[in-house]
Amino acid sequence: MLKDEDRIFKNLYNDLGADLNSSKKRGDWTNTKDLCEKGRDWIIDEIKKSELRGRGGAGFPTGLKWSFAPKEVGSRPHYLVINADESEPGTCKDRDILRFEPHKLLEGCLIAAYAVNSNKCYIYLRGEYYNEGIELQKAIDEAYKDNLIGKNASGTGWDLDIYIHYGAGAYICGEETALLESIEGNKGQPRLKPPFPALVGLYGCPTIVNNVETISVVPTILRKGSKWFALLGKPKNTGTKIFCISGNVNKPCNVEEEMGVPLKDLIETHAGGVVGGWENLQAVIPGGSSMPLLNKEISEKITMDFDSLVENKSGLGTAGIVVINKDQDIIKCFARIARFYKHESCGQCTPCREGSGWMWRILERMAKGEASREEVEMLFDVTKQIEGHTICAFGEGSAWPVQGLLRNFKKEIIKRNNFDPLIKSNKDIPYLVDQHLLEKDNAQNKS
Amino acid sequence: MSLKKISKDQPEKFEFNEQSLEAAKKILLNYPKGKEKSAVMALLYIAQRQNNNWIPLSAIKYIAKFLNMPYIKVYEVATFYSMYNLSPVGNFHIQICTTTPCMIRGAYKIVDVCKKKISEKENVLSKNGNCSWTEVECLGACINAPMMQINNDYYEDLDIQQSEKIIDEVLMGKKPKAGSYRGRINSEPENNRKTLLDYKNA
Repeated sequence: MLKDEDRIFKNLYNDLGADLNSSKKRGDWTNTKDLCEKGRDWIIDEIKKSELRGRGGAGFPTGLKWSFAPKEVGSRPHYLVINADESEPGTCKDRDILRFEPHKLLEGCLIAAYAVNSNKCYIYLRGEYYNEGIELQKAIDEAYKDNLIGKNASGTGWDLDIYIHYGAGAYICGEETALLESIEGNKGQPRLKPPFPALVGLYGCPTIVNNVETISVVPTILRKGSKWFALLGKPKNTGTKIFCISGNVNKPCNVEEEMGVPLKDLIETHAGGVVGGWENLQAVIPGGSSMPLLNKEISEKITMDFDSLVENKSGLGTAGIVVINKDQDIIKCFARIARFYKHESCGQCTPCREGSGWMWRILERMAKGEASREEVEMLFDVTKQIEGHTICAFGEGSAWPVQGLLRNFKKEIIKRNNFDPLIKSNKDIPYLVDQHLLEKDNAQNKS
Repeated sequence: MSLKKISKDQPEKFEFNEQSLEAAKKILLNYPKGKEKSAVMALLYIAQRQNNNWIPLSAIKYIAKFLNMPYIKVYEVATFYSMYNLSPVGNFHIQICTTTPCMIRGAYKIVDVCKKKISEKENVLSKNGNCSWTEVECLGACINAPMMQINNDYYEDLDIQQSEKIIDEVLMGKKPKAGSYRGRINSEPENNRKTLLDYKNA
């Protein structure tokens, strides 16, 4: 287990208070000025050396991302945008940072803004986190009052203004370009990349978008040194991470652990074990709903880091672990996830808009045992037609969980849906007609 | 993208009251000159708060004028995001998270309670007209599942009896106490804490 002194978020459970004074006692804001005075290049270099990877899901190296921002401010100002639109099912880590460690985030904002030459920072907070927003605003006001941000922030000579922008319940706005569209006052539909936001982002200006957790760990990394951070975890998968363990466990919780911690340790030690014992485990979603599930055999020995999960055809994503035990109907669980994606598709690209609905409807029928044998292959085909054919990664996010289900639980699905197709002989029926929409009598007449 | 039902009963006029106007003007300062359009989401939210939890079409028109935007652009935003209610939802808007992590911990039992106590169908006002319920997607409190949101507050770690009690209170027009209903502290593992123990006891 990670030693307590190596934990970055010491107030994860709010034992110590989230206000400025308590945060200062934990070491926040102590030598921000000195850190900034070492220069932009030093900051970016330290973050690169620490091998910090983005905590929002994709795992992109943070230092590298910052170095994409233009070195000099040209005619267009630079922006820093914090992605606090946490809405991936299974993930609730940012909520606790916003509530209990807001000053870590704000200090990170100042350092990051300084490093990428930005004077303005927007925090895009999901609209449902109204109370968390109030806590965060309180922290921002405290920081302004103490001259930690604002004009000549913390005595660095750098000006920084931080604003909260509330979202309004759209999952897709967690995608960085959709988020920027949303701040600009449009509906949140992702933009085509390139150009990447680092060059053309908010209001057409260079913009760096980072997750809350990524920015919040930055001050501690600089203070304790990139070496300290890089020694935690595994090579290329360094540092600590907040894991959210939910679902069928005895003690669901958030816990900060080293990267590369065995999944079984997380579930058994911190979350009090699977409901009904380890033997009762059916599957685990390791990184929020858009990552493919792991079966029991893999869950037994997998370690939680970006690379080993990719090796096992899944991903760390946001590290929202959802444990599903054998009391649950696994097909129904994934039908519900498919419904989530159907609901949240922004409607811009046809494969995703239509395909997510198809997947949901087919899975609903499979859960009820009303699908035909052939539809299992058809479902797989649909996922393949969505994946890679959309502007943003939502297509992959909606297709992967279904693919994971088919990879691991095909036998169960076929067992429950072992029927001949409703329409046997008429092969002229266009591809993917929803058979249940046809009246059964008519269908039989045709055969 | 969600389906939106636009109310048939629309008030003819909408204007920001003093308090809303002040809040709106303050929001506008957050954005650069010429980019006032960015405030549209916040203004819709302010309108919703002023108008008892829902946004009439006249408010959309008003905001369009206020920000010098085409009406359709504001309408587009109001219909795209799921948190804007375009028909009345009552004083208390109950949202139950039923996405998988909540579902496997019994969110549909809470939905049944709502069906029994408030209305058979979602988005339909209760008999006394002061609340309505709706199923929503992940509210980001998965470790506190099952949970629901009433207006701005989260009600966590629920079971059937407690949700019945909460909804009874809401139906009587009272605001129930927010937070965890199993007495647990934030997101710590109940009685199973292995980390940061020195701080807990400090």
